Amino acid sequence: MTGILIVLAFTVVIAVLLYYSRGEVPEQEKLVDIIDSLLPQTQCGQCGYPGCKPYADAIVHNHADINQCPPGGRNTIRQLADLLGGEIKPLNPAHGKAGPKRVAFIDEDICIGCVKCIKACPVDAIVGAPEQMHTVITLECTGCELCVAPCPVDCISMLVFVQGGRRVKLGPAMRTSS
Amino acid sequence: MNRELYPFPGGLQIPPHKELSNAKTSLITPLPDSIILPLQQHIGTPAVPLVKTGDKVLKGQIIARADGYVSVPVHASTSGKIIDIGNYTVPDPLGLKAPCIVIEPDGDDVWFEIKPTHDYASIDPKDLQDVIREAGIVGLGGAGFPAHVKLREGTESAVDTLIINAVECEPFISCDDRLIREKPGYIVNGTRMIRHAIQAKHCVIALEADMPEAYAALKELIDDDIDLIQLPVKYPQGGERQLIKVLTGMEVPSGGLPIHIGIVMHNAATAAAAYRAVIRGEPLISRYVTVSGEVNDPRNLQVLLGTPVKHCADQCGYEDKEGQAIILGGPMMGMYVNNMHMPVIKTTNCVLVTSTYNKSPEMPCIRCGQCVDVCPEKLLPQQLFWHAHAKNYDRLREYHLFDCIECGCCSFVCPSNIRLVQYYRKAKRQITQDEQTRSGADHARERFIARNARLAREEQTQNNELLAGSDIGELDKQAFIQAAVERTRAKRAQLGKQENSDDDQE
Repeated sequence: MTGILIVLAFTVVIAVLLYYSRGEVPEQEKLVDIIDSLLPQTQCGQCGYPGCKPYADAIVHNHADINQCPPGGRNTIRQLADLLGGEIKPLNPAHGKAGPKRVAFIDEDICIGCVKCIKACPVDAIVGAPEQMHTVITLECTGCELCVAPCPVDCISMLVFVQGGRRVKLGPAMRTSS
Repeated sequence: MNRELYPFPGGLQIPPHKELSNAKTSLITPLPDSIILPLQQHIGTPAVPLVKTGDKVLKGQIIARADGYVSVPVHASTSGKIIDIGNYTVPDPLGLKAPCIVIEPDGDDVWFEIKPTHDYASIDPKDLQDVIREAGIVGLGGAGFPAHVKLREGTESAVDTLIINAVECEPFISCDDRLIREKPGYIVNGTRMIRHAIQAKHCVIALEADMPEAYAALKELIDDDIDLIQLPVKYPQGGERQLIKVLTGMEVPSGGLPIHIGIVMHNAATAAAAYRAVIRGEPLISRYVTVSGEVNDPRNLQVLLGTPVKHCADQCGYEDKEGQAIILGGPMMGMYVNNMHMPVIKTTNCVLVTSTYNKSPEMPCIRCGQCVDVCPEKLLPQQLFWHAHAKNYDRLREYHLFDCIECGCCSFVCPSNIRLVQYYRKAKRQITQDEQTRSGADHARERFIARNARLAREEQTQNNELLAGSDIGELDKQAFIQAAVERTRAKRAQLGKQENSDDDQE
């Protein structure tokens, strides 16, 4: 009887030790960062969270679903499902529709220089000064659309992003000279 | 000359079908109704147009300048009027349209002012690169890599061997064969010139045993300075990595370049075009194209760049028949195209009309392993197919997908008719695209974090100021403002001094 009790007590101690030594917190923080690295970083908030990192955090801690990111679209959902071992689901239409990448364009004839869009831009992709014309740095724009609503004169439109011509990346396999 | 050869792994013996087109003298193709010149006919950044609609241009005039280092200019192939700058169908596996400059030939074919150089040896190797770049020379073997980049690599590090690749290993294609037979002097002198440009210790011209006439033509012109080597026929021996292995026994490291092991390779036609550009001052505006397969008169043509493919095919008695496929390039690595409206570009070596392409449906992989035996890069095509199918991109990297040269041997032998290479190409494209998106997202994250930090900093400063303000009484207010003004003045004066000293430095 005593023997059994000793073994039992030992087991409990080991179990408790193991539980506390598994380092749950750092693991989860790492996972948040990995998920964050898969998200498109538009910081648009369409997922219902105030940015990509908060959404990643919500996926890990609050069981937020993986199909709430319209800019990432199917590709991001697939990558998240691969990472977290879940199933690939269609994008939740409540959060918006997926589409080609768009960028903001300011109609400079209409812009009154109110700087509201500059304050709204999460990646500082708009340049301008009070009562001076503003413009979007197209290559820095993530297409989050956060600048569209604050504009009092509706001079910002979202245009489909076309990269100049067809750019082919250099790879060793492309360099056969036969 | 006897040289030890080192066979490369895998590969195939396939019927060459060169006899269809290689016996006849090449024809100079008559001027077409319009010349369509894509801004991108090479690997790298597209060229930037220098002309506008309505401009008159002369033959050989630069109509689009190079944009960046890995880029080359585009020249007008004939004299005429620019009738449009816009999107046209180009040779592209997806059938996409791309920006092109369209010229309506005036029929006079008048040359722009050209600057021939009679003695290339008098030119500094570095300047030679610039001449070759300005002439728009790119690798004419198929990939279209700007030639000056390889030359620069050559001048920057020591080159042991220059290899001129005349191994035309794909079936049906005989344009290099024909070029060598008709203009052996260009090849040999071009080889010597490139050797001078990169100061290579050794120099080799390699061709396959089924080109005896070309061999004889070259043999007559070369001395001891160049090794002329005939290789047993085997596909894909003309691949850069394969040919290096065969001739030197060395392997180019995965992800590396030939220059890393002291080798520079150029295609024979590239050497000829470079020589022509330097000695005669003529930029790259035409090339040899093989038209072969199911046409009445298969042969080689000398075609002005920008000539519609249909116009070339018509010269060889092409008739549109049901069930025919048109391939630009060879049957192994070429691209299937839907129509013939696209122009001949710098990398178009062959127009092949065929009805015997693989139409059978794909069946499941039976794991026979034949693809593994023929892969010249010693990859595992089966595993790659598996993971490409599952879109498991991390695993594809582990299995060295990017070492695949897309030679098509695995697809050729597959008893289940699986078009393996198509899966690899698609996966490569997707991975590259994902990577670009990823680096864009990382950049956006950095900017987002930087902005948040800035906002936090601004808020902190504001709070500090408010706190500082609350400490002072009403009476001291004037003094406080005065002090602030003094501070600002002092700061300005200091800044002004700094600027002045900066100016002095400049």
